[in-house]
Amino acid sequence: MVCLAAQAWSGTVTVKGSDTMIDLAHRWAKAFTRQRPDITVQVTGGGSGPGLAALESGATDVAIASRGLTALEDQRLQAKFGEPPLAVAVARDSVSFFVNVKNPVRSLSLEQLRDIFLGDATQWAPLGGAARPLVAYTRENTSGTYAFVRARVLGDEDFAPTMQQLQGTGAVVNAVSHEPSAIGFGGTAFARQVRVLAVRIDGREVLPTPQNVASGTYPLSRELFFYLAPRPSADAAAFLEFVKSPEGQAIAGKAGFLPLS
Amino acid sequence: MKAHRVNQISAGLTGLAALLIVAGLVVVVIDAVLGGWGALSWRFFTEEPGDDVSEGGVFPAIYGTVVLTLLMTVAVMPLGVATAIYLHEYAPPHSRLARWARAAINNLAGVPSIVFGLFGLGFFVQLLGKAVDHVRGGGLHYAQPGLLWAALTLALLTLPIVIVTTEEALRAVPVETRMASLALGATRAQTLGRVVLPGALPGIMTGAILALSRGAGEVAPVLLTGAAYSLPTLPNALSSQFMHLGYHAYVLSTQAPDVEAARPMMYATVLVLLMLTFALNLVAIVVRSRARRGST
Amino acid sequence: MAASRSTRIDRWVEWLVTAAGMTGLVALGLILVFIVREALPLLFDGDVTLGKLVLPQPWREGRAPTWLWQPLSRVPKVSVVPLIVGSVKVSAVAMALAAPMGIAAALFSSEFASPRARELLKPTIELLAGVPSVVLGFFALTVIATALQTLFDWPYRLNAAVAGVAMALAIVPIIFTITEDALRTVPNTYREASQALGATRWDTAWRIVLPAASPGVLAGLLLGFGRAIGETMIVLMASGNASVVSLQLRDPTRTLSATIAAEMGEVVSASTHTSLLYFLGVLLFVLNVGLNASVGAWARNRVLRARGAHA
Repeated sequence: MVCLAAQAWSGTVTVKGSDTMIDLAHRWAKAFTRQRPDITVQVTGGGSGPGLAALESGATDVAIASRGLTALEDQRLQAKFGEPPLAVAVARDSVSFFVNVKNPVRSLSLEQLRDIFLGDATQWAPLGGAARPLVAYTRENTSGTYAFVRARVLGDEDFAPTMQQLQGTGAVVNAVSHEPSAIGFGGTAFARQVRVLAVRIDGREVLPTPQNVASGTYPLSRELFFYLAPRPSADAAAFLEFVKSPEGQAIAGKAGFLPLS
Repeated sequence: MKAHRVNQISAGLTGLAALLIVAGLVVVVIDAVLGGWGALSWRFFTEEPGDDVSEGGVFPAIYGTVVLTLLMTVAVMPLGVATAIYLHEYAPPHSRLARWARAAINNLAGVPSIVFGLFGLGFFVQLLGKAVDHVRGGGLHYAQPGLLWAALTLALLTLPIVIVTTEEALRAVPVETRMASLALGATRAQTLGRVVLPGALPGIMTGAILALSRGAGEVAPVLLTGAAYSLPTLPNALSSQFMHLGYHAYVLSTQAPDVEAARPMMYATVLVLLMLTFALNLVAIVVRSRARRGST
Repeated sequence: MAASRSTRIDRWVEWLVTAAGMTGLVALGLILVFIVREALPLLFDGDVTLGKLVLPQPWREGRAPTWLWQPLSRVPKVSVVPLIVGSVKVSAVAMALAAPMGIAAALFSSEFASPRARELLKPTIELLAGVPSVVLGFFALTVIATALQTLFDWPYRLNAAVAGVAMALAIVPIIFTITEDALRTVPNTYREASQALGATRWDTAWRIVLPAASPGVLAGLLLGFGRAIGETMIVLMASGNASVVSLQLRDPTRTLSATIAAEMGEVVSASTHTSLLYFLGVLLFVLNVGLNASVGAWARNRVLRARGAHA
């Protein structure tokens, strides 16, 4: 057994936060360690909120977040560091809504989506589907994706209490792929074995293709962020450099995300 | 005769209930085996997860689980055995303190595991960890989740198991043996060390194995005190985070980006965890029955 | 001299052992003190009042006030009622399944089974007790959810029933073990006397032995219930985590324990949310201590022997 008293403090970068980004961060970490074997990158999930909270407490070097800072978080981090944290966009993503492949519905407008997740629309029939009650899944309330949808689609109103909260977009996709009357949302990178809905805007159906997201036609795109202390450690800075490099961005593309243009 | 029929039917019905319970167990095991057996391979046990988490193996999770539970056992055994010795050998029969100590242990056994996790987080990580860092100087190392705190949290959780099985083992050593030893002039401590404990050893080992098995399977306490999803190196210090079989299975089932591709991996991880806890439990059961048969 | 040295060692050992004996007390006390301490800021927090915790709150214009757990919102809603209802609901389902099965199986093992059958049955059920709850949760969200959904055509795949069934698998070994022990402890003279009077084995078991063992059986049931209330992983993965107050089994539900596990990432500073989660922990702790206190001393040892604590 490895000698547990031995210590390897130097050369560690802790990365914590968004579950949407955890797989991507994991891939980056592995590729980076191949380049810089002297630096260890640890990746944990928990949600954008917890990641930022850990940045404030000093428990992590890099907080990964699928959303921007809330006013309270901004305040807290500024109080901790004396200046705003270093915020770097590292990839783009779109949030899509998906349904079971057996569901005939192919597109919904933003208003309809809003109605669904506010709990006002509870049946598929008026939306163009079969006559079934609607079952909606969301992420857990500490998730950045949850906060993003609440801000952009629900206008900061609360999700209805009947929304089922699952840990991780993978779980949401899994649930939706098994239930014909389900609808859920999450990073588009995760949407497999489900049908991604197009968003109906001004009569046009817009799918979250890379072109539509890059051009801004698809409304629900977001940047994914790394947040660091204003003066990060050399190791953390090196990791950040790698992530922004062409190689890092290519990895993002392979993982189903969109590189920063 | 009618009475006979009644007996038969009732035996049949209650037997059916027993069978259903066993069937429940069998179904869980079969499901894990069916889903995960195909993904088991030498690579699975020895490699770390690949770039795509649905490839590669779970060696770091196995390693993390093993190291964690061994640490936990080192922490819990001395305390647990000593407490059992106190309760069984030293506590005055009508002492109120002893009664309270015993009641405390009973209640400790009932505390939900997530509350242990909360305690581990708040007390060990944030309070003790901060104190340790303060004393050591040199930055943030212990005031965050890690092996040491997770092991201590689990040790608290498994303490009642060790205490109760040790007590049972102590009880199995006949009173006459102790008396003979004392009559020959040995002190209580000598009797304890040279007569009672060796005699109770199989039972104490049973306790250790049961605690190991329990500790290896618990996820809620390590959720908050040290388990991580992706670590490129194995934990090499008491303050390191670690990967964990149960936590890994949980994360895979909720956050794997491609659920279909990750499915065999999920099942295989679950299967490995199940095999581990089963093996430990079986060993404990065998040790216990051998000890019982031997000590007549 | 040899004699006084060994006497000194003897005293040392006695002191050490007694100190160790207090570990349980110290640990329990520490846990209680600590989680209460972390929950204490709630008393001084203007946002969280007893009314907000317990009474229905307004949440949307045009809607009736309702109990809602949504602490991360412009207007935090912190009703613990849906969570308590959720915990109780899932545990009730689990008990409804596990209690009859466990007691019946225990009756079988103690009153009807051959010694060989008994020798096989006990360890097998103990093995079931060893299955980690994360495995049961996983099993619930894949197999049980699909099975129940196909069987009943429910709209929701993850709900109180699915979690309850998995939970039943988790607590049936406790109920079985304690009940079986309680039944075996009933003196054989009861059985012999009953059969001498002409009663069938069933009558004897049901009307004589079981009632005689009832304190132990009750203890087993209470402990099983306590375990179910505190169980975390199964409900985290399989109950849907929707904070609705509903008596329907097919509706998803959110429990106290799953809420703590899901939201406790907010580790850092004392925020109201953190204190709230610790408060939920206090609730769970108190619930369990209460259940424990009502269990007789006899059964406690038995369940601890059966590795009875929680997951």
